[in-house]
Amino acid sequence: MKQIYLDYSATTPVKREVIDTMLPFFTEVYGNASSIHSFGQEAKTVLEQSRKSIAETINATPDTFYFTGGGSESDNWALKGVMRANRKKGNHLITSKIEHHGILHTCTALEKEGFEVTYLDVDAEGMISLEALEAAITDQTVLISIMFINNEIGTMQPVKAIGEIAHKHGVLFHTDAVQAYGNVKIDVNAMNIDLMSVSGHKIYGPKGIGGLYIKKGIRIQNIIEGGAQERNRRAGTENIPGIVGFAKAAVMADEALESHREKLIYLRDKLANGIMATIPYAKYNGHPTERHPGNVNICFEFIEGEALLLSLNAKGIAGSSGSACTSGSLDPSHVLLAIGLPHEIAHGSLRLSIGDFTTEEDVDYTIESLKEIVQKLRLMSPLYDKVLKEGK
Amino acid sequence: MLYTEKVMDHFMNPRNVGEIENADGVGEVGNVKCGDIMRIYIKVDGDQIVDVKFKTFGCGSAIAASSVATELIMGKTIDEALALTNKQVIDELGGLPPVKVHCSVLAEQALKAAIYDYATKNALTFKGLEGYDPDEDHHDHDVVDIEF
Ligand SMILES: Cc1ncc(COP(=O)(O)O)c(C=O)c1O
Repeated sequence: MKQIYLDYSATTPVKREVIDTMLPFFTEVYGNASSIHSFGQEAKTVLEQSRKSIAETINATPDTFYFTGGGSESDNWALKGVMRANRKKGNHLITSKIEHHGILHTCTALEKEGFEVTYLDVDAEGMISLEALEAAITDQTVLISIMFINNEIGTMQPVKAIGEIAHKHGVLFHTDAVQAYGNVKIDVNAMNIDLMSVSGHKIYGPKGIGGLYIKKGIRIQNIIEGGAQERNRRAGTENIPGIVGFAKAAVMADEALESHREKLIYLRDKLANGIMATIPYAKYNGHPTERHPGNVNICFEFIEGEALLLSLNAKGIAGSSGSACTSGSLDPSHVLLAIGLPHEIAHGSLRLSIGDFTTEEDVDYTIESLKEIVQKLRLMSPLYDKVLKEGK
Repeated sequence: MLYTEKVMDHFMNPRNVGEIENADGVGEVGNVKCGDIMRIYIKVDGDQIVDVKFKTFGCGSAIAASSVATELIMGKTIDEALALTNKQVIDELGGLPPVKVHCSVLAEQALKAAIYDYATKNALTFKGLEGYDPDEDHHDHDVVDIEF
């Protein structure tokens, strides 16, 4: 059976060119970048080249970009590191209700340390309010952390304006750009970004490698203590194959950004419009225009997300859902609840995320399959029953 | 895979889906907020369940548990059906992940609710319904069968 992967927001396959670039660093140039011998020095050279390549894609200087073990670590580092290092300035952090758990759970941990966190609401399309953001700033506010693009509903925040407000009040601005990097052009200077989390495995690079951009002059504590790697800021022998792969993926993404976006947006809209035109009682989530080029998120009334995913999987289609049954908790995803969806609607959510290897045939097949599946599950649902009888 | 082949079979090809017009008993448990609702219809002749159908809103295991439960009681007497436990439903499915055990409880409770409805309408009493409270919250997500 043909397998159709529509879960690029969860992770991406590693591109062939990326793997080819990585391979020599497992078996040939395998030195420890801290070593004095040529094995080590070669590794050191490629480490710094990789840093430079990535920094260039975000208009930063190489000495502002630090490698980490992924997006989650970068989020932890940015928030814990900045809040702990700036206790004298204040103890207040502002974020939103729709952040990734890498941010939200870090905030919970910081609250236990005595910090105060404001969680901004979002509107029905997943946007924060700039007025509410500005109003939430106090003389204790140290940091604002708002994600660039949401991983579930794809909504893109007005990052530049957020940074402007932060700076107007002397507050630092961090953004979790794990979903945005490689999908929209990012310029940390023009966009007023002070710290930014990125991750390799969302841009056709390897898993377990990411980075944190830290503007020069920012006070931040370490969270991983040990050796002197990453200019004394993040200990641990550098994951050179991962770093080389991440850099290759980043450069490829940057070079092809326009065509990548064009292709994704075309397929995304075809998929979304196809579904919305053929399946009734469906709600398209997220912002109509300010969104991830490959994100489609739709709630189907009267049915449950896990059942949808299993049925799609049986047809070879891989998607994801924010239903309680798939989140492993009793509640549907915090993002869907934050945009105001009632539980019963949120349970029927489906995220299909498109990527570089998605084809038009994949999209057509998915629309067809989904139509059948939704109908089959609805005919089994006691909730749909009421609609049929009462003709809602 | 999260589920056994048996669960997937009952999910993909559920038995006895639908409703029975003029059913002798109908039972519905669960709530939309939690994401699962099961409704079971029974047709009774004498003391025998001659037909049973279900409609379920819920995840894969909720649908599979409903399907298996209806299969297990088809043609059985009311007393036999009342003896059905969630453990039997789980066994018949070849096991359920711990977080999904509540789906089997829901199936057992939906069936009890349908029989209770039948008993009430016909002023009948059954030993298996002693102490049965139709308003009790059947929806306990914390039921975890440690054997699985
Ligand atoms: C918005 C966002 N932040 C953070 C992460 C975590 O990144 P990683 O998996 O590299 O730790 C993800 C992906 O899972 C994400 O989508």
